[in-house]
Amino acid sequence: MSEKLDPRGKGSVLSGLLRNQIFIPFAALILLALFNLIADPSFFALNMKQNSAGNYILSGNLISIIDNGSELAILAIGMTLVTAASKGQDISVGAAIAISGSVLLRVLCGDNTRPETIQAPIIVGFLVAAVASMLFGAFNGVLVAYFRIQPMVATLILFTAGRSIAAWINNNELPIVPGEEFTYFGGYIPGIPLPTPFLIAILCFIITWLMLKFTNIGLYSQSVGINEKTSRLNGLNPELIKLTTYVILGLCVAVTGLIKVSRLSTINYSVIAKDIEMDAILAVALGGNSLSGGKFNMAASIVGAYVIQFLTTTLYKFDVQATALPAYKAVVVIVLVVMSAPVVREKFSRLMKKIRSSGHAAAESA
Amino acid sequence: MTQIRTAGSRRGGLLGGMTDTNLLTTITVCVFVVMYLCAVIFLQEGFLKPQTLFNLMNANAALIILSCGMTLVMITGGIDISVGGVTALVCMSCAVYLDEAGGNVFVAVLLALGIGLAFGLVQGFLIAYLDIQPFIVTLAGMFFARGMTTIVHTNPFNVVNEGFVELKGTRLIIPFLGSVNKKGNYIDAYVEIGVVVALLVVAALFVILKWTKTGRNFYAVGGNRQSALMLGINVRKTTFLSYVICGLLAGVGGFVYFMHVGSGAPSHAMGAEMNAIASSIIGGTMLTGGVGNIIGTLFGAMSLATIQTIVSSVGLDQAWWTGITIAAMLCIFLVVQSVIISRRKKKNATVSSADAQEAEKKKGESE
Repeated sequence: MSEKLDPRGKGSVLSGLLRNQIFIPFAALILLALFNLIADPSFFALNMKQNSAGNYILSGNLISIIDNGSELAILAIGMTLVTAASKGQDISVGAAIAISGSVLLRVLCGDNTRPETIQAPIIVGFLVAAVASMLFGAFNGVLVAYFRIQPMVATLILFTAGRSIAAWINNNELPIVPGEEFTYFGGYIPGIPLPTPFLIAILCFIITWLMLKFTNIGLYSQSVGINEKTSRLNGLNPELIKLTTYVILGLCVAVTGLIKVSRLSTINYSVIAKDIEMDAILAVALGGNSLSGGKFNMAASIVGAYVIQFLTTTLYKFDVQATALPAYKAVVVIVLVVMSAPVVREKFSRLMKKIRSSGHAAAESA
Repeated sequence: MTQIRTAGSRRGGLLGGMTDTNLLTTITVCVFVVMYLCAVIFLQEGFLKPQTLFNLMNANAALIILSCGMTLVMITGGIDISVGGVTALVCMSCAVYLDEAGGNVFVAVLLALGIGLAFGLVQGFLIAYLDIQPFIVTLAGMFFARGMTTIVHTNPFNVVNEGFVELKGTRLIIPFLGSVNKKGNYIDAYVEIGVVVALLVVAALFVILKWTKTGRNFYAVGGNRQSALMLGINVRKTTFLSYVICGLLAGVGGFVYFMHVGSGAPSHAMGAEMNAIASSIIGGTMLTGGVGNIIGTLFGAMSLATIQTIVSSVGLDQAWWTGITIAAMLCIFLVVQSVIISRRKKKNATVSSADAQEAEKKKGESE
């Protein structure tokens, strides 16, 4: 941490920036943007066009990034809280999205898989789905908080069963939701040129910001993650706080499920939100948050989520096959985590110091 | 920390006389035996034949090997979720090598071991020496392996290499356990080579973990890193070694899987890592580290396989029942583990305070 001690004026602004956690995802974002700018400036082109429904919408790579990255960003909110409080990650979010989407379809379509009109208002469907996924979140939370099972193992249960439960809810049928309104959540609302998922995500960010600002959940979950015993001695209830973070993640899952299902108006139990748990955990890690709990920076996680989508879109742009995508992602992730590893950082800063001091010595002797 | 006591906590009571490791293993073995007996009694037709058991082993030899590696890593307090991906990569690479390059089987085995070892070395180095979280490193490993599999070859295909087909078809006949079919012909019971490999791996790891210094070091590191360091154990090297062995076993498991299915496909061994983790946990390994047993893992993997077979033969053959039953089983085991361990912790705490008082009394008397 040599930057911290640097007394020089120019350095302190720079080091302040460097020390800020949000620097890591932003640096990755800028690197990716520069790479794209050099490789192909048309990557950033935006144009207005008419979609099949006759609305004027914005299109382009950037729009596709903020469109598809939004689900991940919403999940990252919940995942950050869970990581901070319970020192572990929830690996069942993908399966939980399948359940939540399945419940939503079940309520909207009733017993008939090809209904003429929707059987219940969308808001009712969403509320039922939200309650269901919050219950599953609470199930995970109880296992983690009260039975003291490691989060990854506890959520492994739902990870194994989730997609099966989702298929069971709808009797393995694939209902299709009729009507135009339902597609708005995953597509475009007439008259608004921005994709709705992004608008929903922004709404979620505002709610999260208000929540962190006006309630103690952020502070409490950090304190539980840093030292559970001390938190208890200070009058907190660590179990309840952990449980709460899992329930909040459940709510995030329900919102994501709504967007995912709305994109297709139907569901595919084994494919929907596949591997999204990995991406959500990556978003948290990319944001520079420790995966072993404690302090967190919500904005950094959210930026991290969009960085991942940026990377995905960039790779698609270079004609990388969808199935080969993970290999490239893995290389980027390894490079990032190696760079941010404390051991490597320390070595690097020591090296910088050496160079600097030798430079000083040279200047003085001259 | 109860885990530190695993080696020598012998206290009164029926179950108290066992270490955590042995207690959890015993539960697993009992559950497996009871489950199998129930299957024999209630679903006579299939389960009475010894061949049913052998078929279970044939189909799950690779899972047993992967779970053994996973158990080792989990004993040191880590996790390796790249094993499924490595399995798929090994299958695809060997398949492409055998069919398109016309290579021989021996080199294919070396190739499989090499891939596994390479993953183990890199992941072990990043985790042990650079202190990066195991989950993130092996997650990237899994992504990399899955991606590489499709880069090596996109479409699934069957291997027709003669040497390999011969190896794949090799069956080891087990005397006296065969059965008579409807026509009255005697059919020999058999196992595939993979089963032998799996049992050898289990035996070797059991010996290593039980009776060698390196093996005990794994438990010490997983139980409490700090104390292990104080005892003069090279913690980094031990952690590194566990990932290297796990990687190597992933290579072996990959080849055994390849011998069983005889094809390369990107979708091979999907979710195998989760099954391996589940087997280890059902077998009594704890993710906190320091507690675990290879024999338990063997029975854990077999329990998982048996329950799948039971579910499908009871007639609940809708795909979702398998997932739900495995998850329910996992849930029960985890809760039981957690309850036992927490009760034991309390008991140990009270007993050790009583011990301390007694010791003080004795001290006073002797003085």
